[in-house]
Amino acid sequence: MSAPSSRAAPRSALRAQRLCAAALFLAPMLAVLAFVAGWPLARTVWFSLTDASLGDLAGAQWVGLNNYLEWFDYGDGDGEYFGLLADPGWWNAVVNTLRFALVTVSVETVLGMIVALVLNAEFPGRGWVRAAVLIPWAIPTIVSAKMWAWMLNDQFGMINDLGMRLGLLSAPVAWIASGDTALIAVMIVDIWKTTPFMALLILAGLQMIPRDIYEAARIDGVHPVRVFWKVTLPLVAPALIVATIFRGLDALRVFDIVYVLTPNNAQTSTMSVFAQQNLFQFDKFAYGSAASTLLFLVIAFITIGYIKAARLDLAGGGR
Amino acid sequence: MTRLTLEKIRKSYGTVEALRDIDLTIEPGEFVVFVGPSGCGKSTLLRVIAGLEEITGGDLSFDGTRVNDLTPAQRGVAMVFQSYALYPHMTVYENMAFGLKLAKTARETVREKVEAAAETLQLTPLLSRLPRQLSGGQRQRVAIGRAIVRDPRVFLFDEPLSNLDAALRVRTRIEIAALHERMAGTTMIYVTHDQVEAMTLADRIVVLRDGRVEQVGAPMELYERPANTFVAQFIGSPSMNLMPAQAGAEGLAAPGCAPVPPPVPLPASVPDLTLGVRPEALRLAEPDEPAFHEGRATLVEKLGETQLVHFEPAGPGSSLIAKLPGGLPARRGETFRLAVDPADLRLFGPDGKALAA
Amino acid sequence: MTYVKRIGFWALVAAIVLFSVFPFYYAVLTSLESGSGIFTVSYWPEVFDLANYASVMTQGEFPRNFLNSVGVAVAVTLLSLCLAVTAAYALSRVPFRGRGLLLLTVLSVSMFPQIAVLAGLFEMVRAFGLYNTLGSLILSYMIFTLPFTVWVLTTFMRDMPAELEEAAIVDGATPLQIVTRVFLPLLWPALVTTGLLAFIQAWNEFLFALTFVASNDTRTVPVAIALISGSSGKEVPWGEIMAASVIVTLPLVALVLIFQRRIVAGLTAGGVKG
Repeated sequence: MSAPSSRAAPRSALRAQRLCAAALFLAPMLAVLAFVAGWPLARTVWFSLTDASLGDLAGAQWVGLNNYLEWFDYGDGDGEYFGLLADPGWWNAVVNTLRFALVTVSVETVLGMIVALVLNAEFPGRGWVRAAVLIPWAIPTIVSAKMWAWMLNDQFGMINDLGMRLGLLSAPVAWIASGDTALIAVMIVDIWKTTPFMALLILAGLQMIPRDIYEAARIDGVHPVRVFWKVTLPLVAPALIVATIFRGLDALRVFDIVYVLTPNNAQTSTMSVFAQQNLFQFDKFAYGSAASTLLFLVIAFITIGYIKAARLDLAGGGR
Repeated sequence: MTRLTLEKIRKSYGTVEALRDIDLTIEPGEFVVFVGPSGCGKSTLLRVIAGLEEITGGDLSFDGTRVNDLTPAQRGVAMVFQSYALYPHMTVYENMAFGLKLAKTARETVREKVEAAAETLQLTPLLSRLPRQLSGGQRQRVAIGRAIVRDPRVFLFDEPLSNLDAALRVRTRIEIAALHERMAGTTMIYVTHDQVEAMTLADRIVVLRDGRVEQVGAPMELYERPANTFVAQFIGSPSMNLMPAQAGAEGLAAPGCAPVPPPVPLPASVPDLTLGVRPEALRLAEPDEPAFHEGRATLVEKLGETQLVHFEPAGPGSSLIAKLPGGLPARRGETFRLAVDPADLRLFGPDGKALAA
Repeated sequence: MTYVKRIGFWALVAAIVLFSVFPFYYAVLTSLESGSGIFTVSYWPEVFDLANYASVMTQGEFPRNFLNSVGVAVAVTLLSLCLAVTAAYALSRVPFRGRGLLLLTVLSVSMFPQIAVLAGLFEMVRAFGLYNTLGSLILSYMIFTLPFTVWVLTTFMRDMPAELEEAAIVDGATPLQIVTRVFLPLLWPALVTTGLLAFIQAWNEFLFALTFVASNDTRTVPVAIALISGSSGKEVPWGEIMAASVIVTLPLVALVLIFQRRIVAGLTAGGVKG
């Protein structure tokens, strides 16, 4: 009868009502996100293309990509590159960030795995151990940085004291002040604080593995180490990968620990610290914006790549 | 008193056709059961009528008014869900009153209606309990009560007994039948995959397969005159025996069986027919009577008042099941001579459709 | 398990607990030391002196900072939850075109490095006259609490049985009534979990708090602690810093101990941020 119109059948009242409600329900949330995330991000990118300074944001002039890279000609055929991509300070921050991310994420993954395996075993008092493990996660980053700064104090710190008593250290070490160990100190604090989170994510993955697989393996007389490599690890791998990616992205933007533990120390400066200093301490607002933008791009590319690779089913099936 | 008219109802999910051109009229006060194997579209059809699923094409009318675009509440339907879907945080009273409160019914009226429904369903002592404190059967009754209080124009049941154990299922089935008696004016539609529920409850049964209506009719009509081999096998337990048959000079011949006169007049020779005979239509042949089938029992299932005797033909042919009186001392390996009344034979054409007399 | 294995296992458990708890324990120990006792390392409580606490609570603006932190974290949490509950319903329960993409956008906002929006937010905060007010923090914290709460509540709401919602629809409930009268009463454990995690995130935030407020009486505790320095300017007052740290951390540790099961559930449901 009305065959042509059947494709675009008029929406039923129920569906119309639900779609309308969905739009109304989403609007405030999206407006807020656009307001506090979308717009500021766009402004940051714009500032990175101008000569804005902290005192004069409104009078910013367009300078193109000069903050990123600019060939400055001295006039006699000689010249020099300026800009972020030619700034050793920036590349130092990039290298520091990558080293920090690589080391902390790998150590946290291994330690997190060990803790998760322990928590996955059944033993009396497991609830208490799990609560204890959560404590570092709950402590504010600033506080943990301060606590460790105190423990790592060169004169009165208990780490040096313990190290000397146990004969591991021959003389007190200036952990934080010394260039060789400052980044290590930062890593230690981050590992301490974040391993619990890693452990919990891995534990969730472990608990999805049906128990009877282990029982079958035990009946077959497979050695526990083999069971770990052949059964546990492959099955927990998806959870492990998700946890690693999230942690990796988190590590790339590290700021608080470095800022509090080792202030104004080029040996530990990370991309976020570099950007913040340029924005608010060195009065190079546009330059800092450019650094922020680059960090954003790095993280955005990794995120997009991950989402493409994982083909996340975000719509959540049929409904 | 609501008459439902379905005209060319279609429902598709993307390219998957769940319902294809359903035409059906449901009379006021009628109890209609949709039955069919899983995936046949019976639940989809119920949800289309409820208004939970959008109609892709065709018209659905209540008393001549098109309701395609109305919400379930606007249509005035009430529904009992398979999982009961009681609100876990509300008491029995609040569960039943929720719909009325949303419709801004006066407080006093709500109380009266809920208490009346609770009375008929024997829920009065449970009104202040939470669903998790109730047994499965009690929850089931609350779900029914929630539907009753709204005085629905159409009462819908989506496999309401499938979560109950066998004994409770029988009892609740009887209660639902009684409910239909009490609410004689309310049109009821009931979905099940269980043909016993369908046979016992329905005024009319709608058999569905692959999104199409296979046959509509009163239970005994479907049992006695199935429109095709699918309905023949779906209604009745155990299923009707079906055998390939040829029409020839001596009558109808099925492999392993004696020729029988065709139950309907046939042209001279038709190949690819199907002969159907219900297990309960087969009986032991009298000594002087010619046997319709003679064979060795391969399996005997004792059911008490009856027994099912299975036959595998020695040569070509199809297996048969006969439902014989329970008192008969039947044993595996024994040979039986079976007879059948020609009036109990059903004949289906090459397309599976019944050949009418 | 053989004897050796069992001892090894318990040694591992002990090491994990020690590693997790010791720094906090040591901070408590230090905060209770008196005067110069702080400069000799001790591993067991020897003195019990609340002087550091008294000094933190009476000198300076620390109590004020504490209240600031509470106010900001509570406001941010409540605001995010209000906005997220309805949004999560739309994202988990109403199929519409582009829903997957929208969820992806929300998720990617929670991955934003804070530094990337810092310059733009700074401009906005100044333009609205919010600089050096707690309003600037409440506004800016939405960037990480809102995507997080939306995401976690969406996963929780997706698990609600479909028939429950359909029963409410048949009963004539509008989407708003479904959310407020059917889902919310059932989701309150999820709301507590999500709110708790959002609260902790807001409580611990540092970069925005460092940038958008600049005077002693508008700071939140993380910044206040980071900036504590001795009155003379020479010696770092470690005892007071540790006392302040313990004060800030105790509520969180208490919350974690009470709600640890819920927190674990929420973290793994969200699987997003630490």
